[in-house]
Amino acid sequence: MPSTNCAGHEELYAELNGYIDSVKNQPGSLINVLHRAQEIFGYLSEETQQHVAEKLDIPLSQVYGVVTFYNFFSTKPKGKHQIKVCLGTACYVKGADRVLERLKEELGVDLDEPTQDGKFSIHAVRCLGACSMAPVVLVGERDFYGKVTPDEIGKIIEKYKEE
Amino acid sequence: VKTPKSVEAKKVTEEERIVLKRAGKINPRNIEEYIALDGYQSLAKALKMRPEEIIAEIKESGLRGRGGAGFPTGLKWEFTMKVNAPEKFVICNADEGEPGTFKDRLIMEGDPHSVIEGMLIAGYAVGANKGYVYIRGEYYESVDNLRTAISQAYEYGLLGDNILGSGFSFDLTVRLGAGAYVCGEETALIESIEGKAGRPRLKPPYPPVKGLFQKPTVVNNVETFASVPAILLNGSNWFKSIGTPSSPGTKVFSLCGNLVRRGIVEAPMGTTVADLIYKYGGGIEGGKKLKMVQTGGAAGTFIKAEEISAPMDFDSFKTHGASLGSGVILAIDDSHCAVDVALNLMEFFAHESCGKCTPCREGTRLIVNMLKEFSKGRGSHEMLDNLYNVAYTMQNSAFCGLGQSVPVPLTSLLDRFRDEFEAHIDALECPSG
Ligand SMILES: NC(=O)C1=CN([C@@H]2O[C@H](COP(=O)(O)OP(=O)(O)OC[C@H]3O[C@@H](n4cnc5c(N)ncnc54)[C@H](O)[C@@H]3O)[C@@H](O)[C@H]2O)C=CC1
Ligand SMILES: Cc1cc2nc3c(=O)[nH]c(=O)nc-3n(C[C@H](O)[C@H](O)[C@H](O)COP(=O)(O)O)c2cc1C
Ligand code: SF4
Ligand code: FES
Repeated sequence: MPSTNCAGHEELYAELNGYIDSVKNQPGSLINVLHRAQEIFGYLSEETQQHVAEKLDIPLSQVYGVVTFYNFFSTKPKGKHQIKVCLGTACYVKGADRVLERLKEELGVDLDEPTQDGKFSIHAVRCLGACSMAPVVLVGERDFYGKVTPDEIGKIIEKYKEE
Repeated sequence: VKTPKSVEAKKVTEEERIVLKRAGKINPRNIEEYIALDGYQSLAKALKMRPEEIIAEIKESGLRGRGGAGFPTGLKWEFTMKVNAPEKFVICNADEGEPGTFKDRLIMEGDPHSVIEGMLIAGYAVGANKGYVYIRGEYYESVDNLRTAISQAYEYGLLGDNILGSGFSFDLTVRLGAGAYVCGEETALIESIEGKAGRPRLKPPYPPVKGLFQKPTVVNNVETFASVPAILLNGSNWFKSIGTPSSPGTKVFSLCGNLVRRGIVEAPMGTTVADLIYKYGGGIEGGKKLKMVQTGGAAGTFIKAEEISAPMDFDSFKTHGASLGSGVILAIDDSHCAVDVALNLMEFFAHESCGKCTPCREGTRLIVNMLKEFSKGRGSHEMLDNLYNVAYTMQNSAFCGLGQSVPVPLTSLLDRFRDEFEAHIDALECPSG
């Protein structure tokens, strides 16, 4: 998450700069730098993109072109807990659309927009490579839930409400 | 509902294994356990051979690319070896974006060193000293295991300078993909490693001639590399004794959809769809009936329940209209409507079209719009003809394999379930509910 606290902000940029310096001379390092930047800031603001462009000494338009091409990168803040619902065919035939509908209802938001408290956002993705567990929901980066039914959605959300 | 950190697929039954011989039996984060089960023996053998001998053995084995297109691996290596260049590269395609496919993830999680060993052998054979593994950003467990394996290989002198005292040097780096299906296409992948937006390049020239940074490059799938060490160790005749004459060896299949047992299974090439569904997959769950199977992945064909005697090998497309592709078996039961299945799939392609060429960018959009009308019961005969027209145009004029292959699943559904599409013409609601 972006920090409004200025000192914290600088710290985050220092962390990013450290990474950039370590890979700067490798050809084609832009994508890895953006991965790291998104990990640090949660999303890639215009300011962050500008910073990356300057540090790597490439045009901002090039950075922007790459950021908008890849699904993984986001230019808008996301919820603290990002909930990804797989709509790939294997999940779809196991009822992923119903899981997604319930999730939207429970959180009262549409796709890709954070809840008012900033805690959650819902994203539709295409195949997470866990098709044997379809339908699959992924919270954050590593918490996979398999064979999810709409009725289990409440329980899953509950676990992250306090965090 | 919480599943283990790595969402584990069940071993379906005991099968004949080459690629998954060690997966589940060894600790993938301990190089010693890999070495104890013949690991890096094949590399040691390769480093004593001449590159031409290695390539001859791989050619003789008949190994074909496991990424989907089935191009002969030995031939690809030979092309790359023969180009005279000061610098060459080896790339492992671990982008695995095909919906329904999860075999490469389990290979990398379960036996990462087999992929590294295959890449090393390729590097030595073609004269490359640098390799990249381009891996899906979301595959955290695979990335971790592979990175651990790479650093252990460096410690043991199996990567880096003067490997096993042979004078051959090879460096290996992991690159993360960033969620674009088209980046699995080898030239788009190469653009992405170069740090750009991953839009495909014109082929030819193929990567063996002009690849990464315009240098000769071998690009192979994870499963292809993982097959190499066993072939070199046991010989091409052994490999050819498994599978079919035109598609030797085994294939790792991803079983998914409405099956009782879903997971991966390694079976000989030529195993029938019926065996994969009933013998390994335990049949259709919930007492429902099998309606159709999509084989090969999103770009693969749909076949009807009556057609499941089709064998799964690279020829099956010609002989039975079933694609092997990346080895997906997606079973769909009779509670699903063919129009909805088509719509879900085509929305995927519309989303993943990179927008570089008009036939694909506009074609996928048009197809989705027409299918939406069908799904609301507002289809027409004219639209049905138009779906074929757009498909035909895309097949012939799209720039890369993504757009060119969209018509394959679409027309296979239209051909086989025409009555169902027609039932959505001037209907008040979806007839299949
Ligand atoms: N594993 C996965 O997740 C996915 C796999 N696919 C598969 O990808 C396949 C299409 O891949 P493409 O690379 O577009 O097919 P392609 O037919 O253009 O190439 C296949 C391979 O053979 C090589 N090749 C072909 N002709 C050559 C020549 N004359 N000289 C040197 N090398 C040559 C190419 O470089 C490439 O590595 C489809 O069959 C589909 O099943 C598609 C999407 C996802
Ligand atoms: C749209 C598209 C996506 C692809 N995605 C993958 C992929 O995720 N993994 C893969 O190995 N090959 C993929 N391919 C095929 C590659 O272009 C290439 O044929 C393959 O990596 C060659 O390796 P192989 O000869 O070992 O199969 C894709 C092709 C297309 C057209
Ligand atoms: S066919 Fe589709 S994915 Fe391929 S270059 Fe054209 S728009 Fe991009
Ligand atoms: S289709 Fe959902 S995880 Fe593969």
